[in-house]
Amino acid sequence: MSEPMIEVRNLSYTYRGRGEKSALSSVTFSVSRGEWLAVIGRNGAGKSTLAGLLVGLLKPQSGSIRINGQMLDETSEWALRRHMGIVFQNPDNQFIGTTVEDDVAFGLENENMPVAQMKVRVAEALKLVGLSGLRQADPSRLSGGQKQRVAIAGILALRPDILILDEAFVMLDPKSRRDLLSTLRRLAEATHLTILSITHDMDEAAASNRILVMQDGKIVNDGTPGQIFSTEKDLGAPFSERLRRILLAKGRRAPDQYMTEEEMVDWLWK
Amino acid sequence: MNKLILGRYFPGNSLIHHLDPRAKLVAAIAFILIAFLAGNVPGLVLLWLFTFLAMALSGVGFRIYLRGVRPLIWLILFTVLLQILFISGGRTYVEWGPFTVSSFGIETAVFIFSRFVTIIFFTTVVTLTTRPVDLTDGLTFLMRPLRLFHVPVDELSMMVSIALRFIPNLLDETQKIMDAQRARGAVFGEGSLFHQMKVLVPIFLPLFASSLNRGEELANVMDVRGYRAEARRSSFRQLHWRGRDTISMLALLALAAGLAALNLLA
Repeated sequence: MSEPMIEVRNLSYTYRGRGEKSALSSVTFSVSRGEWLAVIGRNGAGKSTLAGLLVGLLKPQSGSIRINGQMLDETSEWALRRHMGIVFQNPDNQFIGTTVEDDVAFGLENENMPVAQMKVRVAEALKLVGLSGLRQADPSRLSGGQKQRVAIAGILALRPDILILDEAFVMLDPKSRRDLLSTLRRLAEATHLTILSITHDMDEAAASNRILVMQDGKIVNDGTPGQIFSTEKDLGAPFSERLRRILLAKGRRAPDQYMTEEEMVDWLWK
Repeated sequence: MNKLILGRYFPGNSLIHHLDPRAKLVAAIAFILIAFLAGNVPGLVLLWLFTFLAMALSGVGFRIYLRGVRPLIWLILFTVLLQILFISGGRTYVEWGPFTVSSFGIETAVFIFSRFVTIIFFTTVVTLTTRPVDLTDGLTFLMRPLRLFHVPVDELSMMVSIALRFIPNLLDETQKIMDAQRARGAVFGEGSLFHQMKVLVPIFLPLFASSLNRGEELANVMDVRGYRAEARRSSFRQLHWRGRDTISMLALLALAAGLAALNLLA
């Protein structure tokens, strides 16, 4: 693909007052436009620190971040934030507006966009996440999954290049997770959105094009879901891979490499 | 807590619900002043009729309005009693030490009572039929001139609307913490006053801690979504002044004129 959308070089970060141990040490990777990258790893591996650095909430001690070719620093962060967004874990704490459409418009208001244009963008974004019917609803009437959708719509309304999900599915029930995941798949196909999802959920990771595995602030593995799940044995695995491993363990015939859920189904009924 | 009507919003579709919040705010403030124009019995009747008309148009049940008066009833009765007992003049009915019950006293008491109650009813009409966020928008608009004196009107309005937005969350959270403490054997609302205050500490500490965390996270979200206090922002919610708003203002003006005329005639 073309030039990288996100380019991270030698990025290091240490939280003050937490000893010498750095949360992130000399991390280098790049993400191309339209790619869906999942970052996985245990608690404390530095995943969320990475997210904080990418959106400019934290300032790196050393190293650099380029977004769409432009260096992220204090002067450029406001301009760069217009084209990216992040969804955090807790659905309640990121709902600023008093109604759904109000919240989606928040980012646009900050850009001082005229009302007529805002209305179009808000309607468009809510349609993309499938919430057009709940425009006027107030947050207390929404489920966690719906609130996360609103948060995503708020970012989509900005017509962004990058969507970052920082464990955005953690507080949701399994059904909302699956629904949201299929919405994201649809979005990834329909737009040229670059998605970076930080997650514990292996099914979410399996939906990506590429996975980074982090451990103790370093990247320890980088590859397609297929490569990662067949090499990293002590990581959890998505459903299809768990099934494959069980079949193997029981001495049954099983595919000799990682398969997505669809491929697995096809293989099974052959 | 459910009994408090003040500041509650009752969703509805009435004429008053659809009025511009600015019109309603101006009306509420104007009504407080106008209520003092009612200086004789016909004026008082007019004032009551106008109030009942507004209440009827709001489509909210009369009972709810009575609940709105309830928290203030002792204050009202106390004031009324003071008027009855201490104002003398006109015909005197009872005289007992420093207390006198006279026709003047009773008359003043009726006036005071009427003004009090109509003002409460009328302002309740406004708060019951307007979403808090619309009230905030209206108030922000009316406070715009204060910008000249460097009052951060928009920032204040953002703060108020966020605070309003999080009230249900905080109530939920308080309930959760109370339940958690109850499950651990805490008993609320019993024992001496001092004891009751002491058992609230394990509620407020976690509540404060989580509110601070929430605040920090919210600030991060606002930051990333491009909110800058000093920057110019547009507003998605727009207020529209319509014909009916002008009519409602005229109705209020007519009330004031009517009361003034009745004062002159008498």
